Amino acid sequence: MKITVAGVKKEFDDGLTVAKLVNLEKVETPQYVTVTINDEFVESGAFENTILKDGDEVEFLYFMGGGR
Amino acid sequence: MIKMNRGDYERILSDSKKRLPNEACGLIGGIISENGDKSVKKVYLLTNTDNSNEHFSLDPKEQLAAVKDMRAEGLVPLGNWHSHPESPSRPSEEDKRLAYDKNASYMILSLMNIDEPVLNSFKISGNTAEKEDLIIEN
Repeated sequence: MKITVAGVKKEFDDGLTVAKLVNLEKVETPQYVTVTINDEFVESGAFENTILKDGDEVEFLYFMGGGR
Repeated sequence: MIKMNRGDYERILSDSKKRLPNEACGLIGGIISENGDKSVKKVYLLTNTDNSNEHFSLDPKEQLAAVKDMRAEGLVPLGNWHSHPESPSRPSEEDKRLAYDKNASYMILSLMNIDEPVLNSFKISGNTAEKEDLIIEN
């Protein structure tokens, strides 16, 4: 199946979970990454059980914050 | 080195003043030349979801929209910016702890002296922050 990751179309095996994709894409500091599928935010606790499907568009967003 | 035009600097300054006493924040998108020099082409003014004068967090929905806009315009994310309403233009311990990308530019605008705002840009790796050359072009 084809999934668009951060704007780039890629081929993956069926049954791919968000957690597996985070791992395959070698996302750094994944604990601070928010994932969206087709503009919908995925709860971090749901990464293991969320299965991607053909045509999905996935974005990885790093938490950005700070303080004085 | 990172370049920014005066108009973009003024947008950051204006938004930061407008959001006082809270910190303002946003993203910067642009291009990176072969020698690694960065050029800011677009500044994004985002909501500080912390609504605080001591902390900031970018609104994730606005962050997503900004990232997509950059891609549509052929730009790359260069880093982020935020204001320090009451402290100097240097990364705080929290800024350093929450800086995950050692290649990003972290811009900090100090309004500690409202009549003499100071904008600096930093590279942050671990607990080390290094000021990078920032050129504001007219």
